[in-house]
Amino acid sequence: MSVFSKLLAVSRRKSPWIFHAAAGSCNGCDIEIIPCITPRYDAEQIGVVLQTTPKHADILLVTGAHTRRLREAVLDIYTEMPSPKAVVAIGSCPASCNVFYGSPTLVGDTIDEVIPVDVWVPGCPPRPQLIMDGIAQAARLLAEGRTADQQGRRT
Amino acid sequence: MLGAVVGYAFAVLVWPGLLGAAALGWLYLWIARKLTARLQGRQGPPFYQPFFDFVKLMGKQTVVPGGVNERLFRALPIVSVTATTLALVIVPVPGYPAWSFSGDLVLLIYLLEVPMLCDVLAGYVTRSIYAQVSATREAVMSLGYNVPFLAAVIAMAQHAGSFRLGDVQQAPIGPVWLFAAVAFLLAVPARVKSNPFSIANAEQEIVGGSHLEYSGSSLAMFELSHALEVVVLINLFTALFVPAVGAGVLAGAALYLAVSVALVAAVTLVAATTARLRVSQAFRFYWVWGGLAGCAAIVAAMIR
Repeated sequence: MSVFSKLLAVSRRKSPWIFHAAAGSCNGCDIEIIPCITPRYDAEQIGVVLQTTPKHADILLVTGAHTRRLREAVLDIYTEMPSPKAVVAIGSCPASCNVFYGSPTLVGDTIDEVIPVDVWVPGCPPRPQLIMDGIAQAARLLAEGRTADQQGRRT
Repeated sequence: MLGAVVGYAFAVLVWPGLLGAAALGWLYLWIARKLTARLQGRQGPPFYQPFFDFVKLMGKQTVVPGGVNERLFRALPIVSVTATTLALVIVPVPGYPAWSFSGDLVLLIYLLEVPMLCDVLAGYVTRSIYAQVSATREAVMSLGYNVPFLAAVIAMAQHAGSFRLGDVQQAPIGPVWLFAAVAFLLAVPARVKSNPFSIANAEQEIVGGSHLEYSGSSLAMFELSHALEVVVLINLFTALFVPAVGAGVLAGAALYLAVSVALVAAVTLVAATTARLRVSQAFRFYWVWGGLAGCAAIVAAMIR
């Protein structure tokens, strides 16, 4: 590895900018994401900045049970993010539809069928520490080139 | 001849140009972020954060939105960085007397306007409605903050009797100096788009600044241009209002750093403790208070 690619890997690990998309969530997980950027947990310590546009983000935090109506929106947001990018699925809903399982308003069993997920953060809702850990893991995957996007895996 | 060329190249690329100013700019941005975090009871980012952010953005893909003139899209951030780098080279800093020539202050004012113009154009070029609102706000704000800014610079030039930065630096301290410094300082928060004048990059209202459609290396260039702009403003402030900086190299450098850090801390303190104003409020602030300070400086320079 050349010096520049090493530096780039370290930078990717140290500077994860996040974008938050709610794909039909009950708002529980979204409320748990906010404490990550408050004084108590302060994700800026590990370089996290909550971005307002997917164009500036490296990591997509997606919450909720991926409803039929939001499927296109989530896919659009993922496509708009410049590579390399990672996806962190927050909570039980993206992984299994949770209590909404079998509802006709949902598409598929997991959100992995819409966008390729790199890190699953379980919980209903997960604690902010665990969300921070998920972001840090995704940043490590980005640095090591092991995200679905970097390996060419689509859904 | 060759020595002069190498000297110019060194000034543009290393110090006080691109490399040195980028390092300084990142230091100032880190101080601002860290101080904001500490004032909010947070830990804040580690020391190398702005540098890592820049390198990471350089290594990302640049997504060009559909229906956008790609050449213009990619050229704007580079024009912005180039203009700011050239502005850096004509302002004297400790140990570097600059290529002083008659009228360099006028050229400097033009070069300082280029990043703003690039931001406004970037907002319109990307065809995002939010970026266009941001571009409009930025253009309107520039009509506001330039009142005290230009008045301060013109008053100092009138006071020194020359539009040469080298001469203005030698001008004696007097009432003009005081009023002009106040007018200049009033314009600084709006020039660096920090609170309460972060109207053009209001992320809660209009998603973000005029480069919200930018990504990857183009966005990195805009971020770098912002860091350089902060350094140019500080350099200009020390050149105009802290004449002692021009004295000895070591003492001058220490004073220069102290003044820069104090200025960054003051702007950050104001930003962390105020809420964003509306465009009309900010505009009225600059035309009333900025205008008063600017008039006072020019009148003082005229009557002497």
